[in-house]
Amino acid sequence: MERINTIRKISDELTNELVVCNIGFPSRELHHLKDSSTHFYMMGSMGLASSIGLGIAMSTKRKVVIFDGDGSILMNLGSLVTIFNQNPNNLILIVLDNECYGSTGSQCSYASTVNLGKVAEAVGFKNNFYFDGNENELKFNEVLNSCGPVFVHVKVKPGNANVPVIPLEAVDIKDRFMDEIKK
Amino acid sequence: MFSLDGSQAVYNTLKQSEINFVVSLPCVNLDKIMKMVEADEDIIHVPVTREEEGFGICAGAFMCGKRPAILMQNSGLGNSVNALASLFELYKLPILMIISHRGTEGEFMSAQIPMGNATPKVLDALQIPYFNPKTPDEALKLIPKAWKVAEKNGTPVGILLSIKFW
Repeated sequence: MERINTIRKISDELTNELVVCNIGFPSRELHHLKDSSTHFYMMGSMGLASSIGLGIAMSTKRKVVIFDGDGSILMNLGSLVTIFNQNPNNLILIVLDNECYGSTGSQCSYASTVNLGKVAEAVGFKNNFYFDGNENELKFNEVLNSCGPVFVHVKVKPGNANVPVIPLEAVDIKDRFMDEIKK
Repeated sequence: MFSLDGSQAVYNTLKQSEINFVVSLPCVNLDKIMKMVEADEDIIHVPVTREEEGFGICAGAFMCGKRPAILMQNSGLGNSVNALASLFELYKLPILMIISHRGTEGEFMSAQIPMGNATPKVLDALQIPYFNPKTPDEALKLIPKAWKVAEKNGTPVGILLSIKFW
């Protein structure tokens, strides 16, 4: 399944959840599908989407959904250890795994030889989901009803949708997101 | 004259500035402060695996209304340069950085010297303001001021605590 269709399928299920989205094309694809004040588009700091999501989850009762990638979680595997130890019950970490660095030209990542779901299991994550490329099997409702921290491993096809750059300033994304949290 | 212990002085200023979310990686000089923070029920304390990760966590916490700080050795500054630029500077996020500055006068370990020398230059390159309290009394004055600068300008601010401070 294409990554943008996976993001669409998941974001269609979301209502009030806070969303942290990974750098590059994943954020552009999410913004193109649907823009919302509940979205934090991470435009820099590759690797830190799961950490930003953890900081949010520890500071609010609202559910937090993180769209991360294989390359970026490989850059910050320690984050899995910290999330497991802090044990936020409102955090859902989705790894959209295309086995490559999609935003920079689809160079291979080690996710083709290392099973990231098994890594999360080995760290200690109890609620784990795996979805292969079959669109019909992706039932995100079940994930949303699970107690966090939840690790969701989704295999997607390499490649990016032809979507524009996000026309928002970083500071405006932050201010809007903070106003949303204050509600 | 009675003089306040350096760790106690730093902890007092965290409380005065109403810091309520702290991430940390240990340094031998930060051990006492870390224990005080851990014991404080009004502060969420998150030990992290790498300083850069801690900056991400603090960014998220700040956006939910927390007042964040990081306790780290200056080596952690080197591990976090990209997060400081492309997350904190880009989105204008504040954080108080309590930094044990190794490789300064009195350092016994030669391995600490290169990053110790680079530390102020790295902060300058990132245009991050910083203060160098030399004594606990100076810390009491400078750290609350540092947090005010961080909050007002949406920027990280460094507190460099050299070896002689302790």
